[in-house]
Amino acid sequence: MGTLNVIVLIPFIAAMFVPLFYRFYRKGFKIHIGFLPLLVALSLFIYLLTYIPSIANGETFLHTVSWIPTYGIEFSAYLDGLSLIFALLITGIGTLVIFYSIYYLSDNEQLGHFYTYLMMFMGAMLGVVLSDNLIVLYVYWELTSITSFLLIAFWYQRKRSREGAQKSLLITMSGGFGMLIGFLMIFAMTGSMSVREIIQIMPDMTDHILFVPAILLILLGAFTKSAQFPFHIWLPDAMEAPTPVSAYLHSATMVKAGIYLVGRFTPVFGGEGVWFWLVTGVGIFTLFWGSFQAVKQTDLKALLAFSTVSQLGMIMSMFGMGSVALHHGYTTESVFYTQAVFAALFHLVNHSTFKGALFMAVGIVDHQVGTRDLRRLGGLATLMPITFTISLIGSFSMAGLPPFNGFLSKEMFFQAAVDITKFGLFHVDTLGNLIPIIAWLASVFTFVYSIIIVFQTFLGPYREERLETPAKESPFGMLVSPLILVTLVVAIFFFPNVLGEHILRPAMASVFPTIASEADLGVTIAHWHGLNPALWMTIGVIVFGALLYKFYKSWRWIYAITPDNWSFNALYDFTLSRGVKVSRKITNTYMTGDLRHYLLYIFVFFFLLVAGSFVMLGAYDFTISDNAAISPFEWILAMTMLIAAISVLFAKSRLTAIIINSFLGYGVAVFFVLFRAPDLALTQTIVETVTTVLFLAAYYFLPEMKPENDSRKTKITKLAISVAVGATVTSVALASQNNRLFERVSTYFENSLELAGGRNIVNTILSDFRGFDTMLEVVVLLIGGIGVYAIIKLKAGKRGEQLEDQ
Amino acid sequence: MKINNVILRTASRFVVFIILTLALYLFFAGHNNPGGGFIAGLVLSSAFVLMYLVNDMETVQKAIPLDFRRIAALGAFLAVGTGFGGLIFGAPFLTQVFGHFHLPFFGTVELTTVTIFEAGVTLTVVGVVITIILSISEDV
Repeated sequence: MGTLNVIVLIPFIAAMFVPLFYRFYRKGFKIHIGFLPLLVALSLFIYLLTYIPSIANGETFLHTVSWIPTYGIEFSAYLDGLSLIFALLITGIGTLVIFYSIYYLSDNEQLGHFYTYLMMFMGAMLGVVLSDNLIVLYVYWELTSITSFLLIAFWYQRKRSREGAQKSLLITMSGGFGMLIGFLMIFAMTGSMSVREIIQIMPDMTDHILFVPAILLILLGAFTKSAQFPFHIWLPDAMEAPTPVSAYLHSATMVKAGIYLVGRFTPVFGGEGVWFWLVTGVGIFTLFWGSFQAVKQTDLKALLAFSTVSQLGMIMSMFGMGSVALHHGYTTESVFYTQAVFAALFHLVNHSTFKGALFMAVGIVDHQVGTRDLRRLGGLATLMPITFTISLIGSFSMAGLPPFNGFLSKEMFFQAAVDITKFGLFHVDTLGNLIPIIAWLASVFTFVYSIIIVFQTFLGPYREERLETPAKESPFGMLVSPLILVTLVVAIFFFPNVLGEHILRPAMASVFPTIASEADLGVTIAHWHGLNPALWMTIGVIVFGALLYKFYKSWRWIYAITPDNWSFNALYDFTLSRGVKVSRKITNTYMTGDLRHYLLYIFVFFFLLVAGSFVMLGAYDFTISDNAAISPFEWILAMTMLIAAISVLFAKSRLTAIIINSFLGYGVAVFFVLFRAPDLALTQTIVETVTTVLFLAAYYFLPEMKPENDSRKTKITKLAISVAVGATVTSVALASQNNRLFERVSTYFENSLELAGGRNIVNTILSDFRGFDTMLEVVVLLIGGIGVYAIIKLKAGKRGEQLEDQ
Repeated sequence: MKINNVILRTASRFVVFIILTLALYLFFAGHNNPGGGFIAGLVLSSAFVLMYLVNDMETVQKAIPLDFRRIAALGAFLAVGTGFGGLIFGAPFLTQVFGHFHLPFFGTVELTTVTIFEAGVTLTVVGVVITIILSISEDV
């Protein structure tokens, strides 16, 4: 096991210890519970920093642990430039967010849960970006969805939180499931689960029939996760989560997993027209739609959510633009197009810094004045000067103004959008002309909502009567993290090439492995390019943005054009409620609550399946000539059991029925003795004893047994079914003696003494050769026990109903 | 459920100990002879069930203040935990090792990690069986 695998596991281990420490904390331990995860995140971050020099030199690291080698599933941790960027973001922003949350969340909250989930998320997210194996990646991918679900529903008393959590889970999970099918298609094409190997093999597979479906499904996973249009609807609802969670999962890390996936698969699918148009088209439209919708929001967090959607679309589109470079392989022209991806990676980092700071600032406002409704806020600048500064820097960076890092990446984005129109293929020369136009238009709206954040929250009249609590600057602890982030925003503007040279350049080699081996893909980020189209576009954005902001009231009607029930949200709600209704209807037709019906389904199904396959396959074939003679003692035993079985039917009380029934079980045990299977006989005897007690305990609560008054016809049907099932079981038992489909495995187990040190073969099989089965059975047993206990003991009382109402 | 059955009461005092001893024997015998963790667990739980049947629940709870739910969880933890033991030494998940050791008084004894695994199985079985029986019969 390599250190990289350990990096992924450490947060999970920390997650296990959080509840333990939480107990101490509850008992008055002085140090805040949040410092444990903080320490974990910080040390992981520092450790990952040490990889920068070697990664910048073009090295990559791979550590593999066998998991299920039979299916090519290996827990291989692979660190290259691309994963390093994400890993640093996950741990770095994670550290800041945890520090922030220590001051943000009150002690009355369930902090133990919070930090456990957060640590699990961190581990899962690191797993996503560090896994080289597709299946392992998928497992971590879904784990991020689950932890995100838990964190959104952290205030589970609120109905909106639960609905938001459910929405995000349904959307991201269905996308994730599509992605899994896409992965399996890739496996079918290439025979490999390792991304690195797939990159080698895939270019020869472009004509494969599964090639395009695989692209579609994998992009479905990426788009749902990264909240791309039209799957973006879950992200605004996810804002019901506590603000640290929104800042961490829903702006800086988890929603970027889709972008990571696109980046990871660019060398696999890049250079294809489908890939280019889907990634760029969806990305650029999301950019526009998100920024357009953001302007009309009145809730600051909803505004930020739409702005995140929009910014993610922008990064996504740049990955699409860059992917065309792979069409020709290495040429000087290709190197030119790769710059879009460089800009994407640059903006990815920038977005995490300024959006993280903005979320934290909004959290501070919410925390201090008790509302984040833009119609109630205003004039906070003088009362909360530090928060104001943070928001100002964050918003202006988002709007693309100097001297902040957003300006640089925005310029590069415009440049890329203009450059792509020169690409001669994929009809870019016609349709592609729309790209820079939409990009520009979207940026105007971006400018507008960035201004709204600053102006409507911090400037204008201060109206204390509209706030829950009078405004005052927040405690210093909460300001530390956003201050660090905005320092980065400014620092990256002045020294962008430190970042570009050491972190972004190596990531380019991961996205364009074939081109990077021929040419240096690093881009020197310059502050001044001369009066090129990109600069004119920025100036245009500022001018038009300012005008649009000024005259917002006169064009607001545009949002009212489409009726409310035309939105994707309405479609989602409709599908959900309809789905519940229809499935309830279907379920009610067969779930009658009558045990006899259920038994009927089971038996009929069993009979049709087993007897049917017997007939179809002609498997019914047996000879009993080879069998040993049946001794008189066995005859007697069998007859006794027969009589017992039949007399159960005529029992007048339940007690009699139970006791006669246990006769059958003990009879089987005696058979095991006769056939010299002491282990089985022992087990059977004791199991029979314990189940009889269980039956007695359960039947104690049942009403008196009533005679059944079925019609003659029903009785005959029931008789026919039971006879049929009995006959099937008997014939299976007889036939299985004669058909030896597989080789005998017992020779392997005969060496139990040498291999497992035990003479009892049965037990060595149970606990050693097939120990995995036993272990899982133990777990299943425990789950069953918990289930029974929960059903009986923990009935939802009045408290449960209250939760529903809130 | 209160039963006043003198014969059962008197007999159970001795029988419970015999059953408990049997369970212990079965647990250790399992390696080379019939027995094993699962059976031992069931035998143990039948001993407890007998105690619960003869005496009422409060009495037994007082005598053996055990939370069987925790026992079940501990068992599953042990069973799964031994699986990870192998990983630390670089062996595949659930690798079991054994060796022969010379101990004073006992002579040469075979010690194996399977015992821990089996102990986990036993504890889970006891915990789950008793939890189920108790929760069903307590639910009045």
